[in-house]
Parts: sequence; C-alpha cells; structure tokens
Amino acid sequence: MRFTPLNLGRWILWSATALVFIAAPLVFTSGFSLTMMTQMGTLIIFALSYNMLLGQGGMLSFGHAVYSGLGAYVVVHTLNLMGKGSVVFPVVLLPLVGGLAGLVFGVLFGYVTTRRAGTTFALISLGVGEMVFACVLMFPGFFGGEAGVSTNRVVGKPFFGLTFGPALQVYYLVAVWCFLSMVAMFALTQTPLGRMANAVRDNPERAEFVGYNTQRVRFLQLVLSSFFAGVSGALSCINFEIVSAENVSAIRSGGVLLATYIGGVPFFFGPVVGSIVFVFFIVALSGFTKAWLLYLGLFFVLIVLYAPGGLASLVLMQFPLIRAGRWRELLLPYALAGLAGLVALAGVIGLVEMVYRLSEPGASTVLSVLGVSFDARTAPPWFAFAAVLAAGLIALRITTRRVGERWGAIQADLLAKAAG
Amino acid sequence: MTNAIELQDVHKSFGTTKIIHGVSLGIRAGERHAIIGPNGAGKSTLFNLISGRYELSAGRILLHGGDITNLRPYEINRKGLSRSFQVTNIFHNMSVFENIRCGVLWTAGHRYSFWHRVGALKDVQRRAEEVMERIGLAKRRNVPAGTLTYAEQRALEIGITIAGGASVILLDEPTAGMSRTETGHVVELVRTITEGKTLVMVEHDMGVVFDLADRISVLVYGEVLATGTPEEIRANPAVQEAYLGALHKETAHA
Repeated sequence: MRFTPLNLGRWILWSATALVFIAAPLVFTSGFSLTMMTQMGTLIIFALSYNMLLGQGGMLSFGHAVYSGLGAYVVVHTLNLMGKGSVVFPVVLLPLVGGLAGLVFGVLFGYVTTRRAGTTFALISLGVGEMVFACVLMFPGFFGGEAGVSTNRVVGKPFFGLTFGPALQVYYLVAVWCFLSMVAMFALTQTPLGRMANAVRDNPERAEFVGYNTQRVRFLQLVLSSFFAGVSGALSCINFEIVSAENVSAIRSGGVLLATYIGGVPFFFGPVVGSIVFVFFIVALSGFTKAWLLYLGLFFVLIVLYAPGGLASLVLMQFPLIRAGRWRELLLPYALAGLAGLVALAGVIGLVEMVYRLSEPGASTVLSVLGVSFDARTAPPWFAFAAVLAAGLIALRITTRRVGERWGAIQADLLAKAAG
Repeated sequence: MTNAIELQDVHKSFGTTKIIHGVSLGIRAGERHAIIGPNGAGKSTLFNLISGRYELSAGRILLHGGDITNLRPYEINRKGLSRSFQVTNIFHNMSVFENIRCGVLWTAGHRYSFWHRVGALKDVQRRAEEVMERIGLAKRRNVPAGTLTYAEQRALEIGITIAGGASVILLDEPTAGMSRTETGHVVELVRTITEGKTLVMVEHDMGVVFDLADRISVLVYGEVLATGTPEEIRANPAVQEAYLGALHKETAHA
C-alpha cells in the first residue's frame, strides 16, 4: 500500500490561497483595485465551473452564462422581496439561492444539451443560450427588458455587524464564497464522478464498456457545474445591484470561455489565473484604451496558437527545471525573448492606437510617446511603428528559437539522467 | 445448466451487406471458448453484437439466461460481461492506476457518487493494486497510459477488462502484434485471470487457441462451421478444408 505524498503540498497551497484572499485588500487598498478584485473572485467561480465542463468533461459550451445569469435573476428578485420585507433571508446565504436556481436550470437544459457530446453539444448549448436570451427580452415583466432589474443589497438586519453596503464587505463576501467554491470544485474532481468525467472526456466508448452511461456522467457534471455558475451569478448581482439581459448573453458565455482558455484548460488552477488576467484586461485596460477588446482577442489567439495549455502550462513547464536547478540557464534566453516581445508589442500598440484615433470621429489625432508628439494623419509614425513591429517580430523569431534550443537541450539532459 | 452466453439465430447486416447470418451458439459457463476463422469471417462483429456495441438485425442473445439483446454496452457490462478490444482502447491521458480504477468503480458500487473521495475508497484502491500486480504493471503505476509500450498497453487493456470482476470475459485478439515471448506471457495471464470464469476469445494464433481453449468455434462467412473440443476441430474435415488446411499450406510454404 502506498500513499500519495502530495497532501502536505496541497495544504500549503490552499492555505496560501486563503491568505492571498485575506491579504489582497490590505495590499491593494484603492477603491479601483477593490472593484477589480471583487470581479475577479466572481469570475474565478464562474470560470472554474465552466472548466468542469470543458477541461474535466470535454464539453465545449457556448451558453454557460445561462446558468449564472438565470441564477442572478432569481437572486435579484429575492433581494427585492427581502427589501420589501415579504421575505426574510440573510444576504450572506444568497449565493446558495443563486446556486440552487442555476442547478434547477442545469437539470432542465442539461437534460437536452448533454444527450450528445462533441460538436453537437457545443451547438445545442449555443442554441439554448440564444433561446434564453430571446426569452429574457420577451418577458420584461420578470426580466426587466434591456434595462434589467435593479436592486439594493443593503437589506434586513446586519449580519454580525456587516451590512454589505461598503465595497470592502462585498469583497470579503465574494472572497469567502470564492474560496469555498474553489475547495468544493477541487474536491469534486477527486470523486468517482469527477474521475469518470475525465474518463468520458478521454474515451467515451471505453467508459461505456466499464459500466458507465456517458450521457449520465455528462448530465451530472453539467448540473453540478451550473450550481457554481449560479453562485457566481448571485455574487455578481450583489456586487453590481443590477441584472440585465447581458448577464445571460452570448458575450458572457464567450467571455468565460476566453478567461478559462487563457488560464489553461488542462489544469484545475488554470481558470483562476485566466480570470485574474481577464478582469485585468477588461477593467484596467478599458480605462486606458478603446482598443482593449482587440488586444484581448489578439492575446487569446496567441495563447491558442502558441500555448494551448494556457498561462498555467507556461508556469508549470518551468517546475521541472527549477527542481533540477537548471532554471538559471534559461534566464538570459527568456529575458531576450521577453525584450523582443515588448518591442513587437510596442509596434502593435502604436499602429492600433493610431487606427482607433483616426476611426473615432472628433478625436484628436495627435498622440505622444515618451514626450514625442506626432500626428496619425501623417505617414512617418506609421512607417516608424511598422518598422518597430517588424524588428520586434524578427528579434522574437531569433530569440524564441534560442529558447527552444536551450530548452530542448536541458530536457534531453534531464531525460538521459532519468533513464541512466 | 444454462449457458453463460446463448446466441439464437443472430443476424447482422450493414446496409445490404450481410456479415453474420444465422449464428446460434452456446458458450458454457466456466469454459474457455475460442472463436477462430479467416479474416472477414465476422468474429469481431460477433463480439460487438454480444457486448452491445452494435445492434442486431435479427435474433436474440442471452446472458446467464437473461435477454441482453440490443441493450446498451453499460447495461450489459453491469450484468457481468466485460470485453477487451482488438485495437487498444484505453484512457490515454490517465495513469495506469487510474485506468484500472475506472474499471473497478462501477462494480464496487460507487456509481456516479460525487460525495466520496476516490482516494479514501479502500476497496477500490485494494482491487486496483491487485489487478496491476496481476497484469505486471504495478511498477508502472503512475505512468500515463499513452506512454506505455505496446505490450504494456495490451496488458492494461486486459487489466481494465477484468478489473470489475465480470464473470464473462470477452477478449478480442489479446496477442495481436506480439512477439513469441510476449505471447507466452499473455497466455499465462489469460489462463490465471479467467480461472473460474467464462472466457470467449477471438484469436489468430493457433498455438494460443489450442493451448487455452476448452472448446473452439469456427466462423466462416458469418456462419458457424463447427463447434467442438480442440481434437474434434483438428479432426474435422470441413474445418481442414475451409480454414486449417489453408493455414497449414500457408505456413508450409512460408
């Protein structure tokens, strides 16, 4: 009988995660970062629940916002009833209401969507998403039409002195639920259903021949996943105090796909990384530039092409090197490649920003970089940034080849050592 | 005594092509039964019909006297029939241990549980370790199945099949593509793991067949030409004519 020795590591990892949740607002104290972190926590739950489908069950869904969005609608009405005094319920437990609502809709729609796997599943999930979105606009009585339903989260008696009015209290509410959800979803991967979801993803045929109904496995996995989607929907409702058609839209469903994929589908923690980066893109970048969506799209394409395991895979790839004490040999190649990447990025940003200035009516076409002003209506800056981009790309090509060679050599070394 | 498997006038066609026409066959409980026949005789199709991978065009199949005709593969598996595949059919991204565990979970009664931690299920753990020991992959426990050697993957294929403890085992060419020594190992493995169970196997290696089988059925063009003990089959002139003779000539020339 052997015991897996990773339990200690796991405890350390989870404790560190909890510490980060607790300490984050003490380090990043501004209201802006607090808003951002609250959204990150909400998206982390949503993306992890999405990865229960994509990463663990092999189900590519284009309509996951249905479950978080409908959960949010149920919660917004619950909150309004609580405000009127006709329902008494603690705000802290509202995510549970959202979760249960998500779960009920998961049972309802999942019964249809999970009958098939693969492309058919993806298409049906897209169809269900569009259908729900249309219904939301069709019944403004409940869903509030385009404007949505707004609410006030400060209702009822304070919970141990917490009213959830201040943003910091909302952050900690999200943090606690996010941590609990993370633990719960990780635990689910370690159950018979969780393991068989992996089996069904890898080889559905064989799973049937060891006694498992693959359709049932997919269905249960989706139902559990929609519970957590509902939890995240409830938290976003509490945070923004409004729920609208956008909450169930294909844009939301696409967004969670991007966040999950950028972070890394094959790894449990991938979507956590992805959510942090994604919210940063949306909230922080959108304050600086109107082209943020374009940058996000570009980033996504690069990830899909060059790091299909997401950011998490890039990080995890370094672990064997660090363990073998060989990471120093890659520092210089990495730094050079990073530098080349920054040059190329500067070229891209210059060109994109000029395009946006020109296309926007009434905007000033004069930009300035490092104290140098130039006009986007003249040719020289275009040539300059194109040249920067070209130089960056060529440098990137050379430096990444160097990284690849060095990497391959070390890998071969380690393999030879392991074999000998 | 009822047969472990009973095929009653089983037919299978793909479109207008008839692959199996009118196979009736009884596999006795506890015997090791080999199905032989030339390529394209329908041996694998017969396996796919028994295990629920294909639907029958006509006829009936009974397992321990109960009707399993056109049940889904998982339903048939739950009734105690487990099969292996000719083309290795494993969970490539999972470790050897996890592969075996997938084969254990359902029969151990854990079904779709999402309230148990698999690591804490001692019965599953013990059974998986035992199966790995048996198929000789205990040392490769944590290796991803996709990176195993061919012979190891074949052993794992058998391991997943027997992990659930099914009483009727169907093995589709367990020695396909193996060297002499490897084949010898597999024969011994199959002999031990099927002790007290019913075995049906499709096999091309006549050495293996005559070594292992209590009875042999010869399938030619989707029909059973003969069924009998190895001696009876060897002495059967029709079989000689249709199959063994040709094979002997082939090997004599080679």
